[in-house]
Amino acid sequence: MMWLMRRFFELIIVIFGVLLMTFLLIHLVPGDPVEVMLGESASAADRVALRAELGLDRSLLHQFGTYLHKLAQGDFGQSIHSKMPVSTLLQLRYPATLKLALWSLLIGLCVGIPLGVYAALRAGRWQDLVVTIVSVRLSAMPAFWLGPMLMLLFAVWLGWLPVSGMGSGNAIILPAMTLGLGLSAILTRMTRTSLLEVLQDDFIRTARAKGLSERVVVLRHALRAALLPIITIVGLQMGSLLAGTVITETIFSWDGIGRLLVESIEKRDYPVTQACVLVVALSYVLVNLCTDLLYRLADPRVRG
Amino acid sequence: MKWVSCSILLFWVLAVVLGYVVQLDPNVVDLKRVLQAPSLQHWLGADELGRDLLARVLAGIEVSIIVALSVTLVTMIVGVLIGLLAGFYGGWVDAVLMKVTDVFMAFPGILLAIAFAAVLGPGVGNLVLALCLTGWVSYARLTRAQTMSLRRRQHVLAAQSLGASVPRLLFQHILPLLTSVLVVEATYSIASVMIAEASLSFLGLGIQAPDASWGALLRDAVRYMLAAPHYVLVVGACLMSLILAINLGGDVLRDQLDVRKEIP
Repeated sequence: MMWLMRRFFELIIVIFGVLLMTFLLIHLVPGDPVEVMLGESASAADRVALRAELGLDRSLLHQFGTYLHKLAQGDFGQSIHSKMPVSTLLQLRYPATLKLALWSLLIGLCVGIPLGVYAALRAGRWQDLVVTIVSVRLSAMPAFWLGPMLMLLFAVWLGWLPVSGMGSGNAIILPAMTLGLGLSAILTRMTRTSLLEVLQDDFIRTARAKGLSERVVVLRHALRAALLPIITIVGLQMGSLLAGTVITETIFSWDGIGRLLVESIEKRDYPVTQACVLVVALSYVLVNLCTDLLYRLADPRVRG
Repeated sequence: MKWVSCSILLFWVLAVVLGYVVQLDPNVVDLKRVLQAPSLQHWLGADELGRDLLARVLAGIEVSIIVALSVTLVTMIVGVLIGLLAGFYGGWVDAVLMKVTDVFMAFPGILLAIAFAAVLGPGVGNLVLALCLTGWVSYARLTRAQTMSLRRRQHVLAAQSLGASVPRLLFQHILPLLTSVLVVEATYSIASVMIAEASLSFLGLGIQAPDASWGALLRDAVRYMLAAPHYVLVVGACLMSLILAINLGGDVLRDQLDVRKEIP
């Protein structure tokens, strides 16, 4: 319980910090943010109106208070470009990003763990070497490289999948692969190392001595113990997955939060930019919290 | 592995130098060769404005290396200073500084750099600034952890009891012992800054036209993927070889320095 309380306290400080950072973002705009957003042709009345709406004519402390107060009511402000409430835009776009992230996670797990087990069982042989080299090098390749390459191969040359957009059901495959393959490379390496370590343990020798088949020993006994550290890795990787959605969604014209962020930056629609950054960062903080909790539930040794 | 990475890196260095020697100009527009496939005159073909792709790829490397080195240098200095102070003084100084790094680390991946680049506006200077604002955290954490253990070392305590000033303790007695750890961290960060720079340029937040950068080149290449697949292939292959070479080079360097050895 003490741990939970402390974790919760830390969470509040971090969330407060994230709120403060995203609030201050708009104040980093060189010059007058109102002028930058509206352009030079805007009338003086429009400027005064926007300045008052954003509260930029008040003191910084007062502005931050209002910002928090509005956020607490679910009010993210209004888009300068489309005049829509930002919360509506977020509601429209967030599910697509969530879907993409979950599919990527699924691909990462379904490819990474079996490959890792395979490499561990063939440790030291050429199959292991190939899997290891490919996964090490693949995990170094950024999304903005992998995305276009997959697009070229599967959409342009082979013509199996749509180039971009969200029109058909299989449109999610390429963006999810772009994010998922990088994750799977990391998971492959982790599963391999972790499984090799566990296979040295005493309880595995016992299981083998009992006369269990190798299949049962590896899949039931060893893998269950080996997958524990994977929870942490998945949690940590969710961060780069979430940030990766910004680039992947842009490549594949996937209408999620990431693309909304890039669009808002291009249109200098700062309230939307602010909200997107906040929502993605808060998602990450929550994922990290869940990872911690899950790890404690899964591994009795750390509960102590 | 060692030779592969060294030869690829050497190849790119030579290519950049040769580019200077034969004075390839990355910004000459020739609308007669728009999206042309590789040929004897233009080894890698031409882009959507008929500019020579080889020249643009080489110009992109230059920008990328300049950005990576300057960001790494600045973030290292700032991060090390913060880490030294937090680790040496402990107490509330440490608590406050570490809470600040916690907040920075609460933003996933390059999201914060994207946010900073977005509000600061495009351009190389702002790009470097955005990457610096987010890059110091890892150095601060690393230095703090090492300083906390080093400051209780006997030679530090001895210097302290002889009346050495705090800057002298930090820079003469603690910092030199951190060198190899910091060099290793720097090899990671050069590669990751190059990727971050390319990501931001890919999103249109970094280097602006007509200047070449790998991120922007790849973004344009994706746009013309259907009309000229060689464009994205050429840029993609160059990018892959450079990233792999830097990663392999980093591995070699880390093996040489071997951080697993205890700090002396």
